[in-house]
Amino acid sequence: MNRLEIVLKAAYPRARATLVRLLGDFDQAEDALQEAAARAIRSWPERGMPDNPVAWLIRTGRNHMIDVIRHRAVEKQHATSFAILADQGDPHADDAIAGAPIDDDLLRLVFTCCHPALTSEGQIALTLKTVAGLTVEEIGRSFLVSPSTMEKRLTRAKAKIRQDRIPYEVPAQAQLPARLDAALAVVYLIFNEGYKASHGPDLMRPRLCGEAIRLGRILARAFRDPPEVTGLLALMLLQHSRATARIDADGEIVPLDDQDRMLWNRELIVEGQSLVEKSLRRGQPGSYQIQAAIAAVHAQATKPAETDWAQIAILYRQLEHYQPSPVITLNRAVAVARSEGPAAGIALLQTIEGLPSMQAYHHFHGARAALLLEEDRPAEAKLAFERALSLTKNDRERAFLEKRIKNLK
Amino acid sequence: MLYALLIYQAEDVLDNYSEADQNTALAGHRALQKKTKAVGHFVEANQLLPSSSATTVRVRNGKTSVTDGPFTETKELLIGLYVFDCETLDEAIEYATQIPHSETGAIEVRPIAYFESEKGPAN
Repeated sequence: MNRLEIVLKAAYPRARATLVRLLGDFDQAEDALQEAAARAIRSWPERGMPDNPVAWLIRTGRNHMIDVIRHRAVEKQHATSFAILADQGDPHADDAIAGAPIDDDLLRLVFTCCHPALTSEGQIALTLKTVAGLTVEEIGRSFLVSPSTMEKRLTRAKAKIRQDRIPYEVPAQAQLPARLDAALAVVYLIFNEGYKASHGPDLMRPRLCGEAIRLGRILARAFRDPPEVTGLLALMLLQHSRATARIDADGEIVPLDDQDRMLWNRELIVEGQSLVEKSLRRGQPGSYQIQAAIAAVHAQATKPAETDWAQIAILYRQLEHYQPSPVITLNRAVAVARSEGPAAGIALLQTIEGLPSMQAYHHFHGARAALLLEEDRPAEAKLAFERALSLTKNDRERAFLEKRIKNLK
Repeated sequence: MLYALLIYQAEDVLDNYSEADQNTALAGHRALQKKTKAVGHFVEANQLLPSSSATTVRVRNGKTSVTDGPFTETKELLIGLYVFDCETLDEAIEYATQIPHSETGAIEVRPIAYFESEKGPAN
């Protein structure tokens, strides 16, 4: 990419966000931006780069759309188009182009794209398309759907925004906490989509993680680091720090214990750890902060044996409080077993054993089997391994479980 | 006594309406409205936008949950309705949270179709 392309690309999200507000429509904003970009490519190399590329793109795009609208209005004598033109006379419009409010527009864009009245799929697609600036093909590829399917999702989401009049606003104070939660959930879904291992090298996956982290930074900066926003950002950084170590040459996930910790990205770990501390010191813990703290404790251990499992067990207990779920209890049981011995872990597993969701969950039986074996109860361990084997659909796990069962014979 | 007549219809039936079907339905609505207006019985008629435009609002323990899509539980039944004229969906959601039943049931927010020539059902 040459310098012009880099500058243009960096300017797109903010320019797009303000154009959506000025033109009141996602598709028109996109058309305006495309036209402005085409003009930039033609004129910048000759006339030099403008001081404020974002403002240049907004002004050029808006003027182009005013021409288009005026043209259509003349052609069709369409009364409503004049209302849009009249809107452009807003004396504050130039302020909005010049200064800080552009950042507000980027936030408006995030909150509109993450509006809970949209489907989760629609929220993700629209956020990646408009805030992150990914193409429909790129988004489709990263979610393993065809570009036409992705295009349909985007069209549906935009139609709902129009039909329902979902506002282009940062939510009012009363609604802000819930809406910020919704935006964080979208960001984390994008991150997890990128984090999921897929077969074969696909550069789209790391890109999704990178975009999610970037979104997290936008939200953290805009709201002066609310603890859960900082917590989510820290969580993503700490998980992302293991990106290289957690996938092997075949594209399979490497369990935490088996990862080469030299491959962990120290820079991301240091930033993540300092963000966790910063957020927890605010005294308003939440589930993202606690998950980040768990990741931070793992990151501290230079080898698996050094892991502070007692601390992790306490953190899982706190996490259960904010996000009660038997899967979290299962994780806590493993941490308890590592710090207090297998018997304590098995006892904790008994509290969730009766749940149908756990009976059908292969990880539950696998974890229980491993603890029973440590407790020298091989017959029960074998039954539990067999149960896990009957439930798993993953070939690698199947092979691993079969080996363990064979060793018990 | 005011009576609300609630219209139920599978959406794919509407989607597959031909222009002739639409005109027949429209004529039927118009005839009914004309007749009821003449005898002073007509109060209000609205066409809702498709269910894809629906948003469901619930309040539990003081926390508002907003989800995409129509209300689909079958145990709860329709017990009433409000029509508000709002600038944005967020305003409508804010009112929805203030309806007492949002705490025990759910409020489905559906935009009403608007026609420039008249307000009322078109198909």
